Amino acid sequence: MRSKPSVRTRPSRVPTARLALRFLALGYLALLLGIPVVLVFINAFQDGVAAAWNAVTTPEAQHAFYLTMVMVVVAVPLNTIFGVLCALAVVRQRFRGRALLNAMVDLPFAVSPVVVGLALLLVYGRRDGWVGEWFAERGIQVIFSTPGMILATMFVSLPFVVREVIPVLREIGTEQEQAAATLGAGAFQTFFRVTLPAVRWGVAYGVVLTTARALGEFGAVSVVSGKLSGRTETATLFVENRFQRFDATGAYAASVVLALLALATLLAMNLIKPKEARG
Amino acid sequence: MSIVVETVSKRFGDFVALEGVSLEVRDGSLTALLGPSGGGKSTLLRVIAGLEQPDAGRVMIAGEDATSKPPQRRNVGFVFQHYAAFKHMTVAKNVAFGLTIRKRPTDEIDARVDELLKLVHLDGFAHRYPSQLSGGQRQRMALARALAVQPRVLLLDEPFGALDATVRKELRAWLRRLHDEVHVTTVFVTHDQEEAMEVAEQIVVLNEGRIEQVGSPQQLYEKPANEFVMGFVGPISELSGRSIRPHDVEILREPAGEAAEAMIDRILHLGFEVRVELSLGDGEKTWVQTTKAHADELELSEGEIVWLRASDVSPVPATLP
Repeated sequence: MRSKPSVRTRPSRVPTARLALRFLALGYLALLLGIPVVLVFINAFQDGVAAAWNAVTTPEAQHAFYLTMVMVVVAVPLNTIFGVLCALAVVRQRFRGRALLNAMVDLPFAVSPVVVGLALLLVYGRRDGWVGEWFAERGIQVIFSTPGMILATMFVSLPFVVREVIPVLREIGTEQEQAAATLGAGAFQTFFRVTLPAVRWGVAYGVVLTTARALGEFGAVSVVSGKLSGRTETATLFVENRFQRFDATGAYAASVVLALLALATLLAMNLIKPKEARG
Repeated sequence: MSIVVETVSKRFGDFVALEGVSLEVRDGSLTALLGPSGGGKSTLLRVIAGLEQPDAGRVMIAGEDATSKPPQRRNVGFVFQHYAAFKHMTVAKNVAFGLTIRKRPTDEIDARVDELLKLVHLDGFAHRYPSQLSGGQRQRMALARALAVQPRVLLLDEPFGALDATVRKELRAWLRRLHDEVHVTTVFVTHDQEEAMEVAEQIVVLNEGRIEQVGSPQQLYEKPANEFVMGFVGPISELSGRSIRPHDVEILREPAGEAAEAMIDRILHLGFEVRVELSLGDGEKTWVQTTKAHADELELSEGEIVWLRASDVSPVPATLP
């Protein structure tokens, strides 16, 4: 082995490599995310706080935010319940089509949201939709109305809880559940007292991701909603609307509200997390 | 409560875990299921608990056919090798689990939990979480949890397997004392013959899904039913084509009758025990176990020629060629 000139210079090199890595990572994030977001905040208030406030409190704006909250309040709980049950089926049971189910859950990741919107049109469209006519006869409007938008939001935010819960469920194994059974707990009792608490962390992360996705959904809802301002316009569609009408303050101010909502979700989950970590 | 297993068989795919196993466990006894890994002992225990369904046969607990009952209704306490603690609950809530499920009144639960924590020497740990306990403490908690609902039968699956040697020895003795106090029919699985011999009143030796022998530790040691049991339960030495206990071999200075000639290769002094390794006339190696006092008396030294004679009386099947 060739003798190195001085072993003492070696240790001082390693920190430099680490620093370079950190610099690169932070720089990448700053360029891609940090600076644009900061600029959005700055531009929102470029005409003053009052102007920004007015822009997000118009009737259209208020309705847009209200609609977005409706999307979240419906999509997140339903996808959470589905997510946990689906994870249980995939991990704990053996049945035909299990691998297929597992793969299908990933479909929303692979399919473009615009395509999702179009697919919903095909299924629920009033005139030529697959089941659209059935709904139309009963006076239920799906496309260009809230139900369709909810469906679109549910579809695109579907996989997150499943994907977060499956590995956690796999890792904890079945021993705790077996112990609960020997102690007299039936299926429901075991699920609510043992299984669910054990996967709380996975569920919580899944809920955060689902909420963030539902808040930010644009493409699928855009196709399905018809973008009727004040009627079928969510917050993200509102931002696009304002931007297209050269209302920069309106667009950026609404974006700030959306960003704050997302941050609030993250904070809420971080408050819950310490309790999980303890258990 | 007594347990009766009638011709139970169980296979996992191609693997035969249990084949026609029948067993009786007396009420209040402390029984060990002993055998090598994969021998079927854990499977048998889980069949008794209801965590596995047998392909054939019956399980009777306290005279009732329990074969079709799920574990919830068998009233068996089960202790797992890796504790299976409810990680998100405190020690007290873990122990109280079975009673909480049965919706007992709170003061009754609290009293019982207190009683049990004292019994397992964990009073003071009630509000800790399992992650804050050592392995031995977690297993004691698991035991308290299993005993809380006053099970008819207590089943332990390699309860000390995940613990280090010192803790294992302590808990072994402690389990024996606990059984003396609580008198629940107890069955535990182990692959450690020393543990089985030390703790159990009755040992069931299982190998490849079949019962080789059932008996007290003394019976198994002195009258093994076959080669396998003999080798599993204690040390074996070969002499004149037979298997014999190394301490049942006499070392003689002079030839006598059927005594075999051998040369001392090595003498190992292991405190009280002295192990003498020898080579027999046909080149085969053997060893003899004797006491320090006896070895000193004989004044053995390496390289000497001596004669070996079996001094035991119990007949053991000859080793196969």
